[in-house]
Amino acid sequence: MTAELDLAARVVELAATAAAGAEVEVHVGHTAQALTRFANSYIHQNVADAATTVRLRLHLAGRTATGATTVCAAHGLRALVERTVAATRLAPRDPLWPGLSPPALLGGPGTWDETTAAAGPADRADRVHAFVTAARGRETAGYCRTTYRAAAFANSAGQAVAARTSEASMDGVARVPGADGVARLASYRLADIDGAVLGERAAAKALAGADPIDLPPGRYEVVLEPPAVADILQNLAMFGFNGKAYAERRSFAELGADQFDPAVTLTDDPVGAGATGLPFDVEGTPRHTLTLVAAGQTRAVPHDRRSAALVGSTPTGHALEGSTVWGAQPTNLRLEPGPPDGQAHAAGPAVDPGAAPLVPAVRRGLLITDFWYTRVLDPKTLVVTGLTRNGAWLIEGGEVVGAVRNLRFTQSYPQALAPGAVLAVGATAPVMPDSWAAAWWAAPALRLASWHMTGNSTG
Amino acid sequence: MSHFDAATTAVQAALDAGARYADARVMHRRHESMAAHDGDIEDVTQGEDAGLGVRALVGGSWGFYAVPDVGDAEARAAGTRAAQIAVASGRVPGPAAALVPALPAVGSWSSPCAVDPLGVPLSVKGDMLVAATATMRAHGADVAEGHYAVWDTAKWFVSSEGHRVDQRIRECGAGIAATAVGDGETQHRSSGPQYGTRGWELVTELDLTAHAARVAEEARALLAAPECPAGETTLILGSDQMALQIHESVGHAIELDRILGWEAGFAGTSWLDIDQLGPLRYGSELMNITIDPTIPGALGSFGFDDEGTPAARRDAVRNGRWVGVLAGRDSAAVAGLDYAGSVRADGWARLPMVRMTNVGLEPGPHTLAEMIEATTDGIYMETNRSWSIDDRRLNFQFGCELAYEIKNGRRGRLLRNPTYTGIGPLFWRSMDMLADDVTAWGIPNCGKGQPGQTGHTAHPAAAARFTGVRVGVRG
Repeated sequence: MTAELDLAARVVELAATAAAGAEVEVHVGHTAQALTRFANSYIHQNVADAATTVRLRLHLAGRTATGATTVCAAHGLRALVERTVAATRLAPRDPLWPGLSPPALLGGPGTWDETTAAAGPADRADRVHAFVTAARGRETAGYCRTTYRAAAFANSAGQAVAARTSEASMDGVARVPGADGVARLASYRLADIDGAVLGERAAAKALAGADPIDLPPGRYEVVLEPPAVADILQNLAMFGFNGKAYAERRSFAELGADQFDPAVTLTDDPVGAGATGLPFDVEGTPRHTLTLVAAGQTRAVPHDRRSAALVGSTPTGHALEGSTVWGAQPTNLRLEPGPPDGQAHAAGPAVDPGAAPLVPAVRRGLLITDFWYTRVLDPKTLVVTGLTRNGAWLIEGGEVVGAVRNLRFTQSYPQALAPGAVLAVGATAPVMPDSWAAAWWAAPALRLASWHMTGNSTG
Repeated sequence: MSHFDAATTAVQAALDAGARYADARVMHRRHESMAAHDGDIEDVTQGEDAGLGVRALVGGSWGFYAVPDVGDAEARAAGTRAAQIAVASGRVPGPAAALVPALPAVGSWSSPCAVDPLGVPLSVKGDMLVAATATMRAHGADVAEGHYAVWDTAKWFVSSEGHRVDQRIRECGAGIAATAVGDGETQHRSSGPQYGTRGWELVTELDLTAHAARVAEEARALLAAPECPAGETTLILGSDQMALQIHESVGHAIELDRILGWEAGFAGTSWLDIDQLGPLRYGSELMNITIDPTIPGALGSFGFDDEGTPAARRDAVRNGRWVGVLAGRDSAAVAGLDYAGSVRADGWARLPMVRMTNVGLEPGPHTLAEMIEATTDGIYMETNRSWSIDDRRLNFQFGCELAYEIKNGRRGRLLRNPTYTGIGPLFWRSMDMLADDVTAWGIPNCGKGQPGQTGHTAHPAAAARFTGVRVGVRG
């Protein structure tokens, strides 16, 4: 039994004793996160923390309340139970309580790397040093992060599971006057993160972005590189493949409908090989690979227990802290890569290797590395506005011909991926980190028929 | 062991491990939130977290470490660890860090609170949200939501320079929202949310239930309203949207860490250059923006920031010229400034960094009615629905919940999906009317930093009129 599972079992017992007849569930999460941040080519912030959080949810006499604490000594746990029991008795009735997760086996133990979990500040600083050195004097900024999570869940229905996982990521820019270049990568192993490779790539892209020109707004064919595609996946996850939004008809998702191009297959894959993730959610439901879109057809929407009950479906293991309010959503999306075309395509200074094969077929369009500050205008149509960042280039006659100043776009994401709109999918899907270490996005490059640019640097 | 003792132990341990400066905060925070949905309660959550965060400066490099335990041994270990992390930072060194001189503050501060928000029974709070959401459902909302949140934070700060400060800050707020679902789109209308460093009296004054029917009816009406036309026009923004406009295009732009490039890898930089401080024209003569953490009850208020600097009011923009920044002791030293006071952390486990406090407008000479009367052809928009701005805080596009056309000095038709876009300083320079009725809108979800931190800010704002603004941008 792990320390976390032992703690969870103790709190279940404490709560069951304090509130006879209550349905009790306890999630214990221990997170040790360290992040080394650099800017102006030196480490300016370097932080680490480690804490265990106990989350108790009680349902008693038709009423539900949740309590949480980081005070894990005996007095803290007693206070947590007393507070939550008292809240349950005072809370308004909860007619939509979906019940506890039944006992169920996990599909796997969680992906884990001991060296990453034990990494120290010197390990991260060394990668930062490699990134800065590889940029050869260009100004750099970014971070290197390592995270270790151990979690356990127990409830009064007999479910008891535990697992652990690790995460490492690096995200950095190199800067020249008027242009930034970016490189980022996530893995469950710090050993996969090579600061020199990323720094060199970011610097090359920054140099290729120098002397940009303004382009007029309009609709452009685009090749999107993995950081930009990751943004699409993130917004699809948050607003479209969201169990609560789906139940309330606020999502575009229609099960069984051919909503996407046949080139689009989308899975949530928290337990796949090499993926950072825990194999159960905060309600104790096991997580498995879930196919959301298969060859363009919408097949599934993730659910926690509450949204599953609302639509008469089954929970998929996507309960998050707060998903009762914000909705269950996937956090480990993989857009399946396309087939390799069998030809050699050299990456240019602007274009990443995974996107290079998509460029020659573009008669006139844009190569875009990254999106920034994307916000939803309407969640149902998923019309999003945002800007390009960290590099945009004009493609003419299948070649990158010059850098372009950042553009603002206003674009429906599902429409951009609709049948007939996806012209090619890159053959590799590098894993892009999220600001939240538990999430990641495996994102191949995409060639899309149309993207609506609605503004440029002049307005 | 008292909380001050724990912080002092951590600081001493960091000094013993080689730090030339160290500070430590012990924090204890209680949080409570409730959410209602269509007349039922869907979530009641109460949380407690406590711990110690210590910051150490070794040579020219910083380290930070945080632990949830505040015993003597844990505090000592945390201080040592922070210094070790700072040593590792020295592997990629920068210019020697310095701190602007500060008198070691010693004192206590509490936010005003008439009704303890954690003392109000959950049943009373729940009844309020149930009534409001049920009313919205009855008046046409397809989805009716209501929520409140409460934070009660105590913190004890000690530095190696002699600071010794404790504070208790109680914050709360609430809001309701109605969504109407149409064929292929949704419309959204809300009241609040409003937050402040006050007690439950703030939520009582919001009287959300009284606004519920109107909110739902407006959401339903928006589905049938014509689209906001596209083009260039005169734009009047309501006070609540002005708060967001200030937050995104002024508040973040005047953060000194962004100006110095410290956020270049994530949140971005700023179009402002510190060499332009003083002569640069940011906006029209009507634009007077202050940084003021002393406003009683506003969400960005405090007695001392998380470096122990006492709260003080300062000009950021005076008569349209840029004259001040949000700064910390280290960023101010780099920029050659002599003031700090805007550094805060989201909890004990996070590094203090430059954050907005209360950044907002001083009142203007007009009223909203006068603005409408003076406008021949324009659009009025209120309540933010979406927000996006580039990484230098220049090119923005905001969407609002609701708009009305203005024709010949009178309010006309309701318009749906209103958006407007512009370039920050050009937009602010076009402000030709500003209302005298200022509200300090609280924003409890300002994201910044890595690992991510959520900041609580407020923005005193009034309705204002802008000319030549591009509106009606759509996909």
